[in-house]
Amino acid sequence: MQKPANAPRAPKGSFWTDPKARAWLFQIIAVVAVMALGWYLFQNTQHNLEQRGILSGFDFLQQSAGFGISQHLIDYNESHSYARVFVIGLLNTLLVSVIGIFFATILGFILGVARLSPNWLVRKLATVYIETFRNIPPLLQIFFWYFAVMLPMPGPRNSLAIGEHLFLNNRGLYMPAPVATDGFWAFVVSLLVVVAAIIAVARMAKAKREATGQRFPVLLASLALLVVIPGLVSLVFGAPFEWSMPVLQGFNFRGGWVVIPELIALTLALTVYTAAFIAENVRSGIQAVSHGQTEAARSLGLPVGKTLRLVIIPQALRVIIPPLTSQYLNLTKNSSLAAGIGYPDMVSLFAGTVLNQTGQAIEVIAITMSVYLAISISISLLMNWYNKRIALVER
Amino acid sequence: MTTHVFKPDQPPPRMSVGLLGWLRANLFSNWFNTLLTLFAIYLVWLIVPPLIKWAFLQADWSGTTRADCTSEGACWVFIKMRFAQFMYGFYPEALRWRVDLAVWIAIIGAAPLFIPRFSRKAVYGLGFLVIYPLVAYWLLHGGFLGLSTVSTSQWGGLMLTLVIAAVGIVGALPLGILLALGRRSNLPAIKVICVTFIEFWRGVPLITVLFMSSVMLPLFLPEGLSFDKLLRALIGVILFQSAYVAEVVRGGLQAIPKGQYEAAAAMGLGYWRMMGLVILPQALKLVIPGIVNTFIALFKDTSLVIIIGLFDLLNSIKQATTDPAWLGMATEGYVFAALVFWIFCFGMSRYSMSLERKLDTGHKR
Repeated sequence: MQKPANAPRAPKGSFWTDPKARAWLFQIIAVVAVMALGWYLFQNTQHNLEQRGILSGFDFLQQSAGFGISQHLIDYNESHSYARVFVIGLLNTLLVSVIGIFFATILGFILGVARLSPNWLVRKLATVYIETFRNIPPLLQIFFWYFAVMLPMPGPRNSLAIGEHLFLNNRGLYMPAPVATDGFWAFVVSLLVVVAAIIAVARMAKAKREATGQRFPVLLASLALLVVIPGLVSLVFGAPFEWSMPVLQGFNFRGGWVVIPELIALTLALTVYTAAFIAENVRSGIQAVSHGQTEAARSLGLPVGKTLRLVIIPQALRVIIPPLTSQYLNLTKNSSLAAGIGYPDMVSLFAGTVLNQTGQAIEVIAITMSVYLAISISISLLMNWYNKRIALVER
Repeated sequence: MTTHVFKPDQPPPRMSVGLLGWLRANLFSNWFNTLLTLFAIYLVWLIVPPLIKWAFLQADWSGTTRADCTSEGACWVFIKMRFAQFMYGFYPEALRWRVDLAVWIAIIGAAPLFIPRFSRKAVYGLGFLVIYPLVAYWLLHGGFLGLSTVSTSQWGGLMLTLVIAAVGIVGALPLGILLALGRRSNLPAIKVICVTFIEFWRGVPLITVLFMSSVMLPLFLPEGLSFDKLLRALIGVILFQSAYVAEVVRGGLQAIPKGQYEAAAAMGLGYWRMMGLVILPQALKLVIPGIVNTFIALFKDTSLVIIIGLFDLLNSIKQATTDPAWLGMATEGYVFAALVFWIFCFGMSRYSMSLERKLDTGHKR
C-alpha cells in the first residue's frame, strides 16, 4: 500500500520526544555505564593486585600442588600440578552429580506416582516425605548424614556387614570391585558388536512393521544377543574380569572398592532432597494429562499397562521434562555444598584448597564459576534438545 | 383411599460403607494394593516407634550438664542450655532485648497486611518496607541515637539467618523487577545486558558467589574502602537472588494480556507510567506466591554463609556440637535445626498456597 501524497506528516518533534532517538540514547547510556563500571572495577583490581604483590595469570596451574586428595578417579600424587587437581575436582563433582541424578530420578518418580496412588496410606506417606525433606536446607541434610550418621559409625573391625561382601564403617562403604583380566578387551569389542547388531535389528524391525504391520520381538532378540555373544566370547577368551573382594587385614580392609563417607553422605542428602522436588514435578505432569486420554485409550481396548506406557507417560513427560531439567541443574549446583564436609569436589578442592595455597582468587574463582556455567548450559542444551524432540507437533 | 406405605430402606451393604468400606476402597481394593498397604505399614512400623521412643519416651528433658543425660534417647538438655546462643549468636546478653524488640515491631507492623479489612495495604506495605529496615538497623546495630554499637561480627544464630534472608529478598526485589523489565524490553542492548546478568547468576551455585564476594569483592574496590564480612555476603546474596526474582517477575509480565499494554498505550501513557500504573501492579500481584517461594529458597540457602565463616543458625548449632562438654550431640543439634528451618519453610509454603487461592481472580479464561 502506498501512502497518499497528501497524508499529514508526523509532527517533527524535538530530539527528546522522538521515541527512536530516545531508545538509542538510553541504550548508549546503558552500554557506556556497564563498560565504565567494568573499567573501574578492572582498574581497582589491577591496582590492588600490584599493591599486594599478587601474581596474575594462569601459570600457577603448572605448579606442583603438594597436598593429598582423599578421592581421585584418575592417577594422582602430591607432585602433580594444580591443573590435575582441577581435573580431579571436576570429575568428582560430575561423579556425585551423576550418581545423585540417577537415584533422585528413580526415587522421585516412585514418590510422584505414590502421591497419586489410590492407596490412602501410600499417598499420605509420600506427602509426609515430600513436605519434610524439601523444607529442610540441603546443607543441613548433608551435615546430618555426615556428622550424625556416617562419622559415628563403628570402626573397620566392627563394620556393619550387608550380605557377604559389603561392609559399612566410618571409613566408608567397602564393596567388591571388578578387575580387568586378559579377556577384557575381547569382551568390550564383543559388547560394541552386540550394540551395533541391536541397532540394526531394531531398524529392520521398524521397517518391517511399517511395511507389513508384522511385529518382531526386538526386546527378546536384543536380550538374546546380549547374553549369547559376550557369553561365547568370555568362554573362548576367559572371563573379562574377576572380583576383588574387600578383606579385613589388620586395622583396615584391603581390596575392593571403597566409597568414602563424604561421598555417601553427599549422595544420600542430594538424592533425598532433590527427589522430593522431582516427585512434585512428576505428580503435576501426570495430573496435567487429561482424564479423557485414559478413557479414550481404554475405549480403544488398550490394557492398563499399555495405556500408561503408550498414552499417559509420553504426554506427561512433556510436562515433566522442563522442570526436571531445572532439578538436575539444582542438584549439580547443590553438589558444591560438598565444601561443607570436605568431599573433594570442584569447589572445596579448587576454590578452597588451591585458592588458599596460591592466593590467586580471581583466576581460581573465574575458573570455578565458568565450570558451573558450562555444566548448566550443557545440561540445559541437552534437555532442551530432548524437550524439542518430544514436544507436541501441532499441525 | 389407602395410603401406600413404603418399606423401610434396606441397609447398604456392610462391606461398602463405614470404616470397613473405606478400608476396602482405600487400602485393600486388590491384591497389589493390599501388598502396598502391608509394605507401607511395615515401613511406618520400622520408622515411627523408634523415632517416638528416641525423641520423647526415652529422652532427657531436665538438667544442666551432659551428665544429666542418662537414658538412651535424645538429650534435649543440650538444646535447652544452648537455646539462647542458637537464637542470638554472640549478641551481648544485656542487649538482647533490642533483637526481641525488632522482631516484635516486625510482627506488629506487618500484622495489618494480613487483616483482610485493612485498606490501602499497598501504600502501608511500601511505607513499612522503607521505614522498617532503618528502625531494625538502628536497633540491631546501634551506634547512634543513644544505642551502643553491636558489631556485625557478634550477630548470629536464628537472628542472623532472618537478617540475611530479609535483606536478601528486600534488596533483590527492586533490582529483580528492573532486570525483568529489561529482559522484556524492546531495546536490544538493554535486553542483552539483562539476559547476560540473569543467566550468569542463575548458572552458578550460591556458594561460589559467596566465595567471590568474600575474596574478590575487596580486590574490586578502591584501596582502603572495605566493608565487613556480613555486608559482603549480603551483596552476594542480593545479586544472586535478584536473578531469581527477575525470572519470577518476568513470568508475571508475560501473563498480562497484550490488551493491557495496548490499552495503556492508547491512553497515551509513556513506558514508565504504563509499567508503574498498569502492568506492574497486576503482574506483581500474580507473582506474589512465586516471590514467597523464592523467599523460601533463599531462607534455606542462608545456611551456606557457614562457608565464609558467619555464625547463622546452622553454624551456631554445628559449633555447639563440637564443644568438648557436649560431644556426641550432633543428632540432637541437627534435628533441632531441621525443626526450626522446617517450621519456617513449611509455614511460608502453606501461606503461599493460600495466597495463590486468594489471589486467583483474573486472567483466567
